[in-house]
Amino acid sequence: MTAESFRKIFPALGRKVYGKDLVYFDNAATVQRPQSVLDMWNSLTVNANANIHRAVHKMAEDATEAYEQARTAVMNFINAGAREEVIFTSGVTASINLVAYSFGEKFIGEGDEIIVTEAEHHSDIVPWQMLCERKGAVLKVIPVDDTGRIEIEKIAGLCTPRTKLAAVTHVSNVLGLVNPIDEIVRIFHSKGVKVLIDGAQGVVHEKVDVRKTDCDFYAFSGHKIFAATGTGVLYGKKELLDSMPPFMGGGEMVGTVRFTGTTYAPLPLKFEAGTGNFTGAATLKPALELAAEMISDRDLNAEYAAVRDYLYDELTHFDGLHLYGTTNDMSDRIPLFSFSIDGVHHEDLALILDKMGVAVRSGQMCAEPLMDRFGVSGMLRASLLPYNTMQEAESFIAALQKAVAMLR
Amino acid sequence: MEEKSLQESENEIVDEFSMFDEWLDKYEYLIELGKTLKEYPEDKKTDDRLIKGCQSRVWLDYKVEDGKIWFNADSDAIITKGIISLLIRIYSGRTAAEILSSDFSVVDRIGLKENLSPTRANGLVSMIQKIKQVAAENI
Repeated sequence: MTAESFRKIFPALGRKVYGKDLVYFDNAATVQRPQSVLDMWNSLTVNANANIHRAVHKMAEDATEAYEQARTAVMNFINAGAREEVIFTSGVTASINLVAYSFGEKFIGEGDEIIVTEAEHHSDIVPWQMLCERKGAVLKVIPVDDTGRIEIEKIAGLCTPRTKLAAVTHVSNVLGLVNPIDEIVRIFHSKGVKVLIDGAQGVVHEKVDVRKTDCDFYAFSGHKIFAATGTGVLYGKKELLDSMPPFMGGGEMVGTVRFTGTTYAPLPLKFEAGTGNFTGAATLKPALELAAEMISDRDLNAEYAAVRDYLYDELTHFDGLHLYGTTNDMSDRIPLFSFSIDGVHHEDLALILDKMGVAVRSGQMCAEPLMDRFGVSGMLRASLLPYNTMQEAESFIAALQKAVAMLR
Repeated sequence: MEEKSLQESENEIVDEFSMFDEWLDKYEYLIELGKTLKEYPEDKKTDDRLIKGCQSRVWLDYKVEDGKIWFNADSDAIITKGIISLLIRIYSGRTAAEILSSDFSVVDRIGLKENLSPTRANGLVSMIQKIKQVAAENI
Protein backbone atom coordinates (compact mmCIF):
# COMPACT_ATOMS: atom_id res chain seq x y z
CA MET A 1 0.00 0.00 0.00
CA THR A 2 1.21 3.54 -0.75
CA ALA A 3 0.70 6.58 1.49
CA GLU A 4 -1.32 8.10 -1.33
CA SER A 5 -3.78 5.19 -1.35
CA PHE A 6 -3.82 4.85 2.45
CA ARG A 7 -4.78 8.49 2.99
CA LYS A 8 -7.84 8.15 0.72
CA ILE A 9 -9.79 6.45 3.50
CA PHE A 10 -9.46 9.53 5.74
CA PRO A 11 -12.03 12.10 4.55
CA ALA A 12 -10.50 14.93 6.62
CA LEU A 13 -7.20 14.71 4.76
CA GLY A 14 -8.85 15.75 1.51
CA ARG A 15 -10.05 19.12 2.80
CA LYS A 16 -8.63 22.52 2.00
CA VAL A 17 -7.82 25.32 4.44
CA TYR A 18 -7.71 28.94 3.28
CA GLY A 19 -8.05 27.55 -0.24
CA LYS A 20 -4.88 25.47 0.05
CA ASP A 21 -4.39 21.72 0.39
CA LEU A 22 -4.26 20.77 4.06
CA VAL A 23 -0.93 19.44 5.28
CA TYR A 24 -1.87 17.85 8.58
CA PHE A 25 1.27 17.48 10.71
CA ASP A 26 -0.33 17.58 14.15
CA ASN A 27 -0.87 13.86 14.53
CA ALA A 28 0.76 13.67 17.95
CA ALA A 29 -2.13 15.82 19.22
CA THR A 30 -4.85 13.86 17.47
CA VAL A 31 -5.02 11.70 14.37
CA GLN A 32 -7.69 11.85 11.68
CA ARG A 33 -10.36 9.17 11.53
CA PRO A 34 -10.82 6.63 8.78
CA GLN A 35 -14.14 6.01 7.06
CA SER A 36 -14.56 2.65 8.87
CA VAL A 37 -14.55 4.42 12.24
CA LEU A 38 -16.97 7.11 11.05
CA ASP A 39 -19.28 4.43 9.64
CA MET A 40 -19.25 2.45 12.86
CA TRP A 41 -19.97 5.53 14.93
CA ASN A 42 -22.89 6.50 12.69
CA SER A 43 -24.30 3.02 12.47
CA LEU A 44 -24.17 2.46 16.24
CA THR A 45 -25.69 5.87 16.90
CA VAL A 46 -28.63 5.00 14.66
CA ASN A 47 -29.04 1.32 15.40
CA ALA A 48 -27.61 0.67 18.84
CA ASN A 49 -27.85 3.76 21.00
CA ALA A 50 -28.81 2.01 24.21
CA ASN A 51 -27.06 1.71 27.54
CA ILE A 52 -24.70 -1.23 27.67
CA HIS A 53 -24.72 -4.17 30.11
CA ARG A 54 -28.09 -3.24 31.57
CA ALA A 55 -31.24 -3.73 29.55
CA VAL A 56 -32.19 -6.98 27.84
CA HIS A 57 -33.68 -5.42 24.71
CA LYS A 58 -32.18 -5.78 21.26
CA MET A 59 -30.60 -2.34 20.92
CA ALA A 60 -28.87 -2.65 24.29
CA GLU A 61 -27.66 -6.10 23.35
CA ASP A 62 -26.15 -4.81 20.09
CA ALA A 63 -24.49 -1.88 21.89
CA THR A 64 -23.02 -4.20 24.51
CA GLU A 65 -21.83 -6.59 21.84
CA ALA A 66 -20.02 -3.80 19.96
CA TYR A 67 -18.44 -2.52 23.17
CA GLU A 68 -17.22 -5.93 24.28
CA GLN A 69 -15.94 -6.79 20.81
CA ALA A 70 -13.79 -3.70 21.04
CA ARG A 71 -12.39 -4.98 24.34
CA THR A 72 -11.39 -8.20 22.62
CA ALA A 73 -9.85 -6.17 19.79
CA VAL A 74 -7.76 -4.21 22.30
CA MET A 75 -6.69 -7.39 24.06
CA ASN A 76 -5.49 -8.85 20.77
CA PHE A 77 -3.85 -5.65 19.61
CA ILE A 78 -1.65 -5.24 22.70
CA ASN A 79 -1.45 -8.99 23.38
CA ALA A 80 -2.98 -8.77 26.85
CA GLY A 81 -3.49 -12.05 28.67
CA ALA A 82 -7.24 -11.66 29.26
CA ARG A 83 -10.17 -9.40 28.45
CA GLU A 84 -10.41 -8.50 32.16
CA GLU A 85 -7.07 -6.74 31.85
CA VAL A 86 -8.49 -4.16 29.45
CA ILE A 87 -10.28 -1.25 31.17
CA PHE A 88 -12.04 1.37 29.06
CA THR A 89 -11.44 4.97 30.15
CA SER A 90 -11.89 8.40 28.60
CA GLY A 91 -8.24 8.59 27.57
CA VAL A 92 -4.70 8.15 28.75
CA THR A 93 -5.04 10.96 31.30
CA ALA A 94 -7.98 9.19 32.89
CA SER A 95 -6.08 5.88 32.79
CA ILE A 96 -3.10 7.34 34.64
CA ASN A 97 -5.31 9.10 37.18
CA LEU A 98 -7.07 5.80 37.80
CA VAL A 99 -3.78 4.11 38.63
CA ALA A 100 -2.50 7.08 40.64
CA TYR A 101 -5.62 7.00 42.77
CA SER A 102 -6.31 3.31 43.03
CA PHE A 103 -2.77 1.87 43.13
CA GLY A 104 -1.89 4.83 45.35
CA GLU A 105 -4.67 4.05 47.83
CA LYS A 106 -3.53 0.48 48.14
CA PHE A 107 0.24 0.61 47.89
CA ILE A 108 1.59 4.12 48.52
CA GLY A 109 2.27 5.47 52.00
CA GLU A 110 4.28 8.24 53.61
CA GLY A 111 7.89 8.24 52.50
CA ASP A 112 7.30 5.91 49.55
CA GLU A 113 8.73 6.92 46.18
CA ILE A 114 7.41 7.23 42.65
CA ILE A 115 9.72 7.74 39.68
CA VAL A 116 8.95 9.55 36.43
CA THR A 117 11.22 10.80 33.64
CA GLU A 118 12.01 14.35 32.65
CA ALA A 119 10.44 13.66 29.26
CA GLU A 120 6.92 13.01 30.54
CA HIS A 121 3.76 14.77 29.42
CA HIS A 122 2.00 16.73 32.20
CA SER A 123 -0.59 13.93 32.30
CA ASP A 124 2.15 11.59 33.48
CA ILE A 125 3.52 14.05 36.05
CA VAL A 126 0.65 15.86 37.73
CA PRO A 127 -1.40 12.79 38.83
CA TRP A 128 1.74 11.48 40.58
CA GLN A 129 2.42 14.83 42.20
CA MET A 130 -1.15 14.86 43.47
CA LEU A 131 -0.72 11.33 44.80
CA CYS A 132 2.54 12.31 46.52
CA GLU A 133 0.80 15.28 48.14
CA ARG A 134 -2.06 13.10 49.38
CA LYS A 135 0.21 10.45 50.82
CA GLY A 136 3.36 12.32 51.77
CA ALA A 137 5.27 10.34 49.15
CA VAL A 138 8.26 11.52 47.12
CA LEU A 139 8.49 12.05 43.34
CA LYS A 140 11.87 11.34 41.77
CA VAL A 141 12.93 12.17 38.21
CA ILE A 142 15.13 10.33 35.71
CA PRO A 143 16.90 13.04 33.68
CA VAL A 144 17.28 13.20 29.90
CA ASP A 145 20.63 14.03 28.31
CA ASP A 146 21.32 16.78 25.75
CA THR A 147 20.17 14.57 22.87
CA GLY A 148 16.85 13.94 24.65
CA ARG A 149 17.65 10.35 25.58
CA ILE A 150 16.44 9.10 28.97
CA GLU A 151 19.49 8.33 31.09
CA ILE A 152 18.46 4.77 31.84
CA GLU A 153 21.81 3.98 33.42
CA LYS A 154 20.71 6.20 36.32
CA ILE A 155 17.55 4.20 37.04
CA ALA A 156 19.09 1.56 39.30
CA GLY A 157 20.77 4.21 41.45
CA LEU A 158 17.51 6.12 41.90
CA CYS A 159 15.60 3.12 43.19
CA THR A 160 15.44 2.40 46.91
CA PRO A 161 13.41 -0.15 48.87
CA ARG A 162 10.77 2.60 49.21
CA THR A 163 10.32 2.98 45.43
CA LYS A 164 6.95 1.49 44.50
CA LEU A 165 6.07 2.63 41.01
CA ALA A 166 7.68 4.15 37.92
CA ALA A 167 5.83 5.91 35.10
CA VAL A 168 7.67 6.14 31.81
CA THR A 169 6.56 7.27 28.39
CA HIS A 170 6.88 4.83 25.48
CA VAL A 171 7.64 7.71 23.08
CA SER A 172 8.01 11.31 24.26
CA ASN A 173 5.41 13.65 22.76
CA VAL A 174 8.18 16.22 22.31
CA LEU A 175 11.33 14.29 21.46
CA GLY A 176 10.00 11.55 19.22
CA LEU A 177 12.53 9.07 20.58
CA VAL A 178 11.32 5.52 21.18
CA ASN A 179 12.33 4.50 24.68
CA PRO A 180 13.63 0.96 25.23
CA ILE A 181 10.64 0.05 27.39
CA ASP A 182 11.42 -3.67 27.63
CA GLU A 183 14.83 -2.88 29.12
CA ILE A 184 13.44 -0.13 31.37
CA VAL A 185 10.80 -2.48 32.76
CA ARG A 186 13.44 -5.17 33.36
CA ILE A 187 15.62 -2.76 35.36
CA PHE A 188 12.74 -1.53 37.48
CA HIS A 189 11.43 -5.03 38.09
CA SER A 190 14.86 -6.13 39.26
CA LYS A 191 14.44 -3.47 41.96
CA GLY A 192 10.92 -4.59 42.80
CA VAL A 193 9.32 -1.52 41.22
CA LYS A 194 6.07 -1.72 39.24
CA VAL A 195 6.00 0.11 35.89
CA LEU A 196 3.32 2.06 34.05
CA ILE A 197 4.01 2.87 30.41
CA ASP A 198 2.35 5.95 28.91
CA GLY A 199 1.60 4.72 25.42
CA ALA A 200 -0.13 7.88 24.13
CA GLN A 201 2.42 8.35 21.34
CA GLY A 202 3.90 4.88 21.18
CA VAL A 203 0.87 2.73 20.50
CA VAL A 204 0.27 4.02 16.96
CA HIS A 205 3.91 3.73 15.94
CA GLU A 206 4.99 0.23 16.78
CA LYS A 207 3.52 -3.10 17.67
CA VAL A 208 2.86 -3.12 21.40
CA ASP A 209 3.13 -6.42 23.23
CA VAL A 210 2.41 -5.88 26.91
CA ARG A 211 3.33 -9.43 27.85
CA LYS A 212 6.69 -9.28 26.10
CA THR A 213 7.40 -5.84 27.61
CA ASP A 214 6.08 -7.21 30.92
CA CYS A 215 4.87 -3.74 32.03
CA ASP A 216 2.37 -3.69 34.87
CA PHE A 217 0.22 -1.01 33.25
CA TYR A 218 0.01 0.39 29.72
CA ALA A 219 -2.20 3.40 28.96
CA PHE A 220 -3.31 4.90 25.66
CA SER A 221 -5.96 7.15 24.10
CA GLY A 222 -8.31 6.18 21.30
CA HIS A 223 -8.12 9.50 19.46
CA LYS A 224 -4.42 9.06 18.79
CA ILE A 225 -4.98 5.71 17.09
CA PHE A 226 -7.92 6.44 14.74
CA ALA A 227 -10.79 5.86 17.23
CA ALA A 228 -13.34 8.34 18.55
CA THR A 229 -12.17 11.00 20.94
CA GLY A 230 -13.03 10.57 24.62
CA THR A 231 -12.00 6.93 24.55
CA GLY A 232 -9.00 5.28 26.10
CA VAL A 233 -7.56 2.13 27.56
CA LEU A 234 -5.85 1.09 30.71
CA TYR A 235 -4.17 -2.28 30.50
CA GLY A 236 -3.16 -3.73 33.85
CA LYS A 237 -1.98 -7.13 35.01
CA LYS A 238 -4.98 -8.99 36.35
CA GLU A 239 -3.64 -9.81 39.81
CA LEU A 240 -2.63 -6.18 40.30
CA LEU A 241 -5.98 -4.78 39.13
CA ASP A 242 -7.77 -7.32 41.32
CA SER A 243 -5.88 -6.12 44.36
CA MET A 244 -6.63 -2.43 43.74
CA PRO A 245 -9.76 -0.68 45.10
CA PRO A 246 -12.23 0.94 42.69
CA PHE A 247 -11.48 4.47 41.56
CA MET A 248 -14.96 5.90 41.02
CA GLY A 249 -18.15 4.53 42.57
CA GLY A 250 -21.43 4.40 40.70
CA GLY A 251 -23.51 2.33 38.33
CA GLU A 252 -22.09 -0.78 36.66
CA MET A 253 -19.13 -1.21 38.98
CA VAL A 254 -21.10 -2.87 41.77
CA GLY A 255 -22.01 -6.35 42.91
CA THR A 256 -24.78 -5.63 45.43
CA VAL A 257 -25.60 -2.27 46.96
CA ARG A 258 -27.06 -2.01 50.47
CA PHE A 259 -26.92 0.92 52.84
CA THR A 260 -25.08 -1.44 55.14
CA GLY A 261 -22.36 -1.99 52.52
CA THR A 262 -21.66 -2.55 48.86
CA THR A 263 -19.70 -5.18 47.00
CA TYR A 264 -17.95 -4.50 43.73
CA ALA A 265 -18.22 -6.03 40.33
CA PRO A 266 -15.34 -8.17 39.08
CA LEU A 267 -12.89 -6.88 36.49
CA PRO A 268 -13.09 -5.04 34.22
CA LEU A 269 -16.40 -3.41 35.24
CA LYS A 270 -15.06 -2.62 38.71
CA PHE A 271 -13.19 0.24 37.09
CA GLU A 272 -15.91 1.33 34.62
CA ALA A 273 -18.37 3.26 36.77
CA GLY A 274 -21.17 5.16 35.08
CA THR A 275 -22.17 5.33 31.43
CA GLY A 276 -19.00 5.86 29.46
CA ASN A 277 -18.54 6.72 25.84
CA PHE A 278 -19.66 3.25 24.77
CA THR A 279 -20.21 4.20 21.13
CA GLY A 280 -16.74 5.71 21.00
CA ALA A 281 -15.13 2.72 22.69
CA ALA A 282 -16.71 0.42 20.10
CA THR A 283 -14.87 2.31 17.35
CA LEU A 284 -11.60 1.01 18.80
CA LYS A 285 -12.26 -2.21 16.92
CA PRO A 286 -12.13 -0.82 13.35
CA ALA A 287 -9.49 1.67 14.51
CA LEU A 288 -7.13 -1.00 15.82
CA GLU A 289 -7.75 -3.26 12.84
CA LEU A 290 -6.56 -0.44 10.63
CA ALA A 291 -3.61 0.36 12.91
CA ALA A 292 -2.49 -3.27 12.85
CA GLU A 293 -2.67 -3.27 9.06
CA MET A 294 -0.76 0.02 8.88
CA ILE A 295 1.99 -1.03 11.30
CA SER A 296 2.63 -4.29 9.45
CA ASP A 297 2.51 -2.92 5.87
CA ARG A 298 6.07 -3.07 4.52
CA ASP A 299 5.70 -0.75 1.54
CA LEU A 300 3.86 1.85 3.56
CA ASN A 301 6.50 1.80 6.28
CA ALA A 302 9.36 2.01 3.82
CA GLU A 303 7.78 5.16 2.41
CA TYR A 304 7.15 6.46 5.92
CA ALA A 305 10.79 5.91 6.91
CA ALA A 306 11.94 7.76 3.80
CA VAL A 307 9.73 10.73 4.73
CA ARG A 308 11.08 10.63 8.29
CA ASP A 309 14.70 10.52 7.12
CA TYR A 310 14.12 13.32 4.62
CA LEU A 311 12.64 15.59 7.31
CA TYR A 312 15.32 14.71 9.86
CA ASP A 313 17.99 15.56 7.33
CA GLU A 314 16.32 18.81 6.22
CA LEU A 315 15.65 19.98 9.77
CA THR A 316 19.10 19.20 11.10
CA HIS A 317 20.57 21.24 8.22
CA PHE A 318 18.10 24.14 8.46
CA ASP A 319 19.79 27.47 9.21
CA GLY A 320 19.43 28.41 12.90
CA LEU A 321 17.15 25.48 13.71
CA HIS A 322 17.56 23.48 16.93
CA LEU A 323 16.00 20.02 16.81
CA TYR A 324 15.29 18.35 20.16
CA GLY A 325 15.66 14.60 20.26
CA THR A 326 18.57 13.59 18.09
CA THR A 327 19.93 10.13 17.41
CA ASN A 328 22.35 8.24 15.21
CA ASP A 329 19.99 5.32 14.95
CA MET A 330 16.88 6.36 13.05
CA SER A 331 15.08 3.16 14.01
CA ASP A 332 14.76 4.75 17.50
CA ARG A 333 12.93 7.72 16.12
CA ILE A 334 9.42 8.41 14.93
CA PRO A 335 8.66 11.31 12.57
CA LEU A 336 7.77 13.67 15.39
CA PHE A 337 10.04 16.71 15.28
CA SER A 338 10.08 19.47 17.86
CA PHE A 339 12.35 22.40 17.24
CA SER A 340 13.01 26.08 17.75
CA ILE A 341 14.50 28.54 15.28
CA ASP A 342 16.81 31.39 16.25
CA GLY A 343 15.15 34.80 16.13
CA VAL A 344 11.68 33.44 15.40
CA HIS A 345 8.88 32.88 17.90
CA HIS A 346 7.19 29.47 17.69
CA GLU A 347 3.72 30.97 17.77
CA ASP A 348 4.44 33.32 14.86
CA LEU A 349 5.73 30.38 12.85
CA ALA A 350 2.66 28.27 13.60
CA LEU A 351 0.32 31.12 12.63
CA ILE A 352 2.06 31.73 9.32
CA LEU A 353 2.31 28.01 8.51
CA ASP A 354 -1.41 27.71 9.24
CA LYS A 355 -2.14 30.35 6.61
CA MET A 356 -0.13 28.24 4.17
CA GLY A 357 -2.32 25.24 4.97
CA VAL A 358 0.16 23.53 7.29
CA ALA A 359 -1.19 22.37 10.67
CA VAL A 360 1.49 22.00 13.33
CA ARG A 361 1.59 22.45 17.09
CA SER A 362 3.33 25.25 18.92
CA GLY A 363 3.91 26.01 22.59
CA GLN A 364 4.98 23.96 25.55
CA MET A 365 3.32 20.76 24.36
CA CYS A 366 2.15 19.94 27.91
CA ALA A 367 5.76 19.26 28.85
CA GLU A 368 6.98 22.32 30.73
CA PRO A 369 9.79 20.50 32.58
CA LEU A 370 11.23 19.47 29.23
CA MET A 371 10.98 23.06 27.90
CA ASP A 372 12.92 24.17 30.99
CA ARG A 373 15.44 21.38 30.43
CA PHE A 374 16.22 22.80 26.99
CA GLY A 375 15.88 26.43 28.08
CA VAL A 376 13.06 27.43 25.72
CA SER A 377 9.61 28.96 26.28
CA GLY A 378 8.10 26.73 23.64
CA MET A 379 8.76 24.77 20.47
CA LEU A 380 7.19 24.02 17.13
CA ARG A 381 6.24 20.41 16.51
CA ALA A 382 5.57 18.58 13.27
CA SER A 383 4.27 15.05 13.81
CA LEU A 384 3.44 12.62 11.04
CA LEU A 385 1.69 9.34 10.40
CA PRO A 386 2.08 6.95 7.48
CA TYR A 387 -0.77 8.75 5.70
CA ASN A 388 1.51 11.77 5.25
CA THR A 389 3.36 11.85 1.94
CA MET A 390 6.81 12.91 0.76
CA GLN A 391 5.12 15.67 -1.23
CA GLU A 392 3.62 17.05 1.99
CA ALA A 393 7.00 16.87 3.70
CA GLU A 394 8.54 18.87 0.86
CA SER A 395 5.70 21.43 1.01
CA PHE A 396 6.25 21.71 4.74
CA ILE A 397 9.96 22.45 4.37
CA ALA A 398 9.24 25.01 1.64
CA ALA A 399 6.55 26.64 3.80
CA LEU A 400 8.91 26.71 6.77
CA GLN A 401 11.60 28.44 4.71
CA LYS A 402 9.11 30.98 3.45
CA ALA A 403 7.68 31.62 6.94
CA VAL A 404 11.13 32.10 8.47
CA ALA A 405 12.06 34.53 5.68
CA MET A 406 8.90 36.53 6.43
CA LEU A 407 9.52 36.61 10.16
CA ARG A 408 13.22 37.31 10.39
CA MET B 1 -3.35 68.82 10.95
CA GLU B 2 -6.44 67.85 12.87
CA GLU B 3 -6.09 64.76 15.00
CA LYS B 4 -8.13 61.76 14.05
CA SER B 5 -10.86 60.64 16.39
CA LEU B 6 -10.72 57.16 17.85
CA GLN B 7 -13.49 55.99 15.52
CA GLU B 8 -11.66 57.46 12.52
CA SER B 9 -8.55 55.52 13.48
CA GLU B 10 -10.59 52.35 13.80
CA ASN B 11 -12.18 52.86 10.38
CA GLU B 12 -8.82 53.64 8.84
CA ILE B 13 -7.39 50.34 10.08
CA VAL B 14 -10.44 48.42 8.85
CA ASP B 15 -9.91 50.04 5.43
CA GLU B 16 -6.23 49.13 5.41
CA PHE B 17 -7.00 45.48 6.10
CA SER B 18 -9.80 45.32 3.55
CA MET B 19 -7.17 45.77 0.81
CA PHE B 20 -5.77 42.29 1.45
CA ASP B 21 -7.44 39.38 -0.29
CA GLU B 22 -5.01 36.78 1.00
CA TRP B 23 -4.67 35.82 4.64
CA LEU B 24 -0.94 35.64 4.26
CA ASP B 25 -0.80 39.28 3.12
CA LYS B 26 -2.68 40.39 6.23
CA TYR B 27 -0.09 38.64 8.34
CA GLU B 28 2.77 40.01 6.31
CA TYR B 29 1.41 43.49 7.07
CA LEU B 30 1.07 42.65 10.79
CA ILE B 31 4.68 41.44 10.82
CA GLU B 32 5.79 44.74 9.29
CA LEU B 33 3.82 46.65 11.92
CA GLY B 34 5.33 44.45 14.62
CA LYS B 35 8.84 45.17 13.42
CA THR B 36 8.27 48.94 13.59
CA LEU B 37 6.62 48.97 17.02
CA LYS B 38 8.14 51.60 19.31
CA GLU B 39 10.78 50.21 21.64
CA TYR B 40 9.59 49.10 25.05
CA PRO B 41 11.96 49.49 28.01
CA GLU B 42 13.38 46.18 29.30
CA ASP B 43 12.93 47.25 32.95
CA LYS B 44 9.18 47.54 32.38
CA LYS B 45 8.89 43.85 31.47
CA THR B 46 7.68 43.02 34.95
CA ASP B 47 5.14 40.46 36.09
CA ASP B 48 2.57 43.11 37.05
CA ARG B 49 2.63 44.38 33.46
CA LEU B 50 2.44 40.90 31.96
CA ILE B 51 -0.84 39.84 30.33
CA LYS B 52 -1.74 36.20 30.75
CA GLY B 53 -3.53 34.00 28.27
CA CYS B 54 -1.17 34.04 25.32
CA GLN B 55 1.24 31.42 24.01
CA SER B 56 3.40 34.48 23.63
CA ARG B 57 3.98 36.99 26.41
CA VAL B 58 2.59 40.53 26.32
CA TRP B 59 3.62 43.41 28.56
CA LEU B 60 1.41 46.49 28.75
CA ASP B 61 2.46 49.75 30.40
CA TYR B 62 0.65 53.09 30.52
CA LYS B 63 0.86 56.59 31.87
CA VAL B 64 -1.77 59.32 32.31
CA GLU B 65 -0.76 62.82 31.18
CA ASP B 66 -3.00 65.88 30.77
CA GLY B 67 -6.06 63.71 31.01
CA LYS B 68 -4.91 61.39 28.25
CA ILE B 69 -3.85 57.75 28.61
CA TRP B 70 -0.69 56.68 26.78
CA PHE B 71 -0.10 52.99 26.23
CA ASN B 72 3.13 51.22 25.47
CA ALA B 73 3.39 47.47 25.00
CA ASP B 74 5.62 44.68 23.81
CA SER B 75 5.58 40.97 23.07
CA ASP B 76 8.13 38.26 22.38
CA ALA B 77 6.12 37.30 19.25
CA ILE B 78 6.15 39.54 16.21
CA ILE B 79 2.54 39.06 15.04
CA THR B 80 1.29 39.88 18.52
CA LYS B 81 3.47 43.00 18.35
CA GLY B 82 1.71 43.90 15.11
CA ILE B 83 -1.68 43.65 16.78
CA ILE B 84 -0.36 45.67 19.71
CA SER B 85 0.71 48.42 17.35
CA LEU B 86 -2.84 48.58 15.94
CA LEU B 87 -4.34 48.82 19.41
CA ILE B 88 -1.88 51.54 20.39
CA ARG B 89 -2.71 53.51 17.25
CA ILE B 90 -6.38 53.40 18.18
CA TYR B 91 -6.36 53.75 21.95
CA SER B 92 -3.18 55.53 23.00
CA GLY B 93 -3.27 59.28 23.59
CA ARG B 94 -7.02 59.27 24.13
CA THR B 95 -9.08 60.36 27.12
CA ALA B 96 -10.65 57.64 29.24
CA ALA B 97 -14.08 58.71 27.98
CA GLU B 98 -12.98 58.37 24.35
CA ILE B 99 -11.60 54.89 24.98
CA LEU B 100 -14.80 53.81 26.67
CA SER B 101 -16.82 55.15 23.75
CA SER B 102 -15.29 52.45 21.54
CA ASP B 103 -17.21 49.21 21.07
CA PHE B 104 -13.87 47.41 20.68
CA SER B 105 -15.17 45.61 17.60
CA VAL B 106 -12.22 46.63 15.43
CA VAL B 107 -10.43 43.31 15.92
CA ASP B 108 -13.54 41.49 14.74
CA ARG B 109 -13.99 43.87 11.85
CA ILE B 110 -10.51 43.23 10.47
CA GLY B 111 -11.23 39.52 10.83
CA LEU B 112 -8.36 38.79 13.19
CA LYS B 113 -10.18 37.41 16.18
CA GLU B 114 -11.56 34.30 14.53
CA ASN B 115 -8.35 33.72 12.65
CA LEU B 116 -6.03 33.74 15.60
CA SER B 117 -5.82 30.55 17.60
CA PRO B 118 -8.23 30.45 20.54
CA THR B 119 -5.44 30.89 23.05
CA ARG B 120 -4.18 33.84 21.07
CA ALA B 121 -7.68 35.31 20.78
CA ASN B 122 -7.95 35.05 24.54
CA GLY B 123 -4.70 36.95 24.92
CA LEU B 124 -6.07 39.62 22.65
CA VAL B 125 -9.28 39.72 24.66
CA SER B 126 -7.21 40.06 27.85
CA MET B 127 -5.27 42.93 26.29
CA ILE B 128 -8.45 44.76 25.34
CA GLN B 129 -9.92 44.07 28.79
CA LYS B 130 -6.83 45.62 30.32
CA ILE B 131 -7.13 48.75 28.15
CA LYS B 132 -10.81 49.07 29.15
CA GLN B 133 -9.94 48.56 32.79
CA VAL B 134 -7.25 51.23 32.72
CA ALA B 135 -9.70 53.65 31.09
CA ALA B 136 -12.40 52.86 33.65
CA GLU B 137 -9.95 53.48 36.49
CA ASN B 138 -8.96 56.85 35.05
CA ILE B 139 -12.32 58.28 34.07
